[in-house]
Amino acid sequence: MAENLMVPTMAEMMAQGKQPEVLFWVGCAGSFDDRAKKITKAFVRILNRANVSFAVLGTEESCTGDPAKRAGNEFLFQMQAMMNIQVMDAYEVKKIVTACPHCFNTLKNEYPELGGTYEVVHHTQFLKSLLDEGRLTIEGGQFKGKRITFHDPCYLGRANNVYEAPRDLIQKLDVELLEMKRSRANGLCCGAGGAQMFKDAEPGNKEVNIERTEDALETKPDIIAAGCPFCNTMMTDGVKNKEKEASIKVMDVAELIANAQDL
Amino acid sequence: MSYLDNILFAILLAIGFGYFAINVKKLIRNIKLGQDVNRKDSPSERWKNMAMIALGQSKMVKRPIAGILHIIVYIGFIIINLEMLEIIIDGLFGTHRVFAFMGGFYNILIASFEILAVLVVVAVILFWTRRNVIKLKRFISSDLKAWPKSDANYILYFEIVLMSLFLLMNAADLWLQQMEVHHYNEAGSFPVSQFIAPLFNGFSEGVVIVIERAAWWLHICGILIFLNYLYFSKHLHILLAFPNTYFADLNAKGKFDNLESVTNEVKLMLDPSADPFAAPANPDAVPAKFGASDVQDLNWVQLLNAYTCTECGRCTSSCPANQTGKKLSPRKIMMDTRDRLEEVGKNIDANKGVFVPDNKYLLNDYITPEELWACTSCNACVEECPVNISPLSIIMDMRRYLVMEQSAAPMSLNAMMTNIENNGAPWQYNQMDRLNWKDEN
Repeated sequence: MAENLMVPTMAEMMAQGKQPEVLFWVGCAGSFDDRAKKITKAFVRILNRANVSFAVLGTEESCTGDPAKRAGNEFLFQMQAMMNIQVMDAYEVKKIVTACPHCFNTLKNEYPELGGTYEVVHHTQFLKSLLDEGRLTIEGGQFKGKRITFHDPCYLGRANNVYEAPRDLIQKLDVELLEMKRSRANGLCCGAGGAQMFKDAEPGNKEVNIERTEDALETKPDIIAAGCPFCNTMMTDGVKNKEKEASIKVMDVAELIANAQDL
Repeated sequence: MSYLDNILFAILLAIGFGYFAINVKKLIRNIKLGQDVNRKDSPSERWKNMAMIALGQSKMVKRPIAGILHIIVYIGFIIINLEMLEIIIDGLFGTHRVFAFMGGFYNILIASFEILAVLVVVAVILFWTRRNVIKLKRFISSDLKAWPKSDANYILYFEIVLMSLFLLMNAADLWLQQMEVHHYNEAGSFPVSQFIAPLFNGFSEGVVIVIERAAWWLHICGILIFLNYLYFSKHLHILLAFPNTYFADLNAKGKFDNLESVTNEVKLMLDPSADPFAAPANPDAVPAKFGASDVQDLNWVQLLNAYTCTECGRCTSSCPANQTGKKLSPRKIMMDTRDRLEEVGKNIDANKGVFVPDNKYLLNDYITPEELWACTSCNACVEECPVNISPLSIIMDMRRYLVMEQSAAPMSLNAMMTNIENNGAPWQYNQMDRLNWKDEN
């Protein structure tokens, strides 16, 4: 039995003559990856609970072109970007929220020069603003007192200097927020960026995600919090590799908030 | 009176500065081999970056031990160079300690030079120890064999010798002042060399004068040699850190430039009224090359970056690929770029100002695709660099060449890109299924 999520599309909104407050850019991982789909749904549950007027592009959404650009295929990136800009401009999109730091970075920084200028926020920033405006309340719930460490996604942290929003949200859960030895601007990559997600690692003596998981495990966490579907995958694999999956969960910040409220 | 000394000094100075000027000209010419990029916007932010990062050393202290030692040497370098002015005037006009008329202030100056000189010697010895005894990983990795390794040590030896000569000169001077030798009027305060001066007791006046003069001449010769050594050394950063931080990219680190040449073509492709068979507006125009396979394809700021790099290795030590044993070392990317640029420069010198293709390229001959494909584009190297160098931008430009000019991406990336082209996602899912998650459990 499918749960009752309210996920209007931009097309449906337009047919009703409505303009949503914000476009939720789901992204490829959030749309297709089984693990990331759970993050997408958790975020939607929060949006529904907070009565946020949002819409998705649905089948009109297409890859932002980020992995193509980082792989060096500027043609493909710009093709994708211009097609997406055409679609979003047709819907007069002003503000975009996304749960993927790669989509976030590309939409925010690389689309404007190609004609697509929008206010783009990461979902942790959006949730933080809902909280600040009193539209959302966060309670610790099942996470009260848990040890949680946050892994900074490169494309949220170093790339865009967003360090506090996810931490502010996690702290609202009455948990013990632990910092890894390398965090914020010094955070270590999970190993997925720069299109590495879609290829085998070059020859070396270790996988980057194992190195990063070791950083996380040093803090003796109950939960490793992430803000990126790719980091989530990499850290989950790392925890499995260390055979800790029974005791340590990898969760997105949106999932923490949604689960805390039993959404 | 003999003017021989003064003439000799003037000639020496002219040779020292003249040869340096020739090499600076070469340096600027080589940097200008790069493509144009506009870094003239937001001057106030740029000045601020230069003041904070180069002048203020703000990124150096992120690693406190190296940072503090570096600040000592840096302040020593700047302050002690004030002494250079006096040396030059004395040398040209045959005066002795021409600034002595400042009295008490002069004493303070000389005293602070001496204390800094000792601190510099101590810091440099610690630097040498970190490199050669403690053997910190970033100083003994494979990037730093042969010349780069010797270069680093030569710089340290140079600094010890220069500081020692400075103190020896002062000590001899002080001894001569105390003996009330003609020409050596009492001037300066010598908190350090006063302990060296007694060593000359028992020497004849003449011998100590020779020691004083010899130290003075060797000191100024050493400085001129060091100045001219810069162009051949990683030590160029003492000058180039300033323009480098000024011209560094001000955008968010995640923002990679959009290739304009590509934008034009993509716009044509998406324009339904474009005529694909239309004659090009400018038939003689050379089609733009996508990405970089050699130094001339990089922009001038990237080339300035290469000359500025002092091979400290903070980038490489923070690189996730390097830490996990991959071949990529961001420092090596910068060193290779400089080595190739120098090679191209020498080629131009040897061929009357024109570059004659030498069948070598930055790509493959210096930097291999394996290194380029190991990068996660995480920006750790850019964040770490104390002078805002971006190895990442060079890596990306070379990937662009591999993919767009050579179609030489790894197979799995080609599959990813084909998927994006066909179904708008890096995986093989139908775009029509994009919203299915909504109704799944």
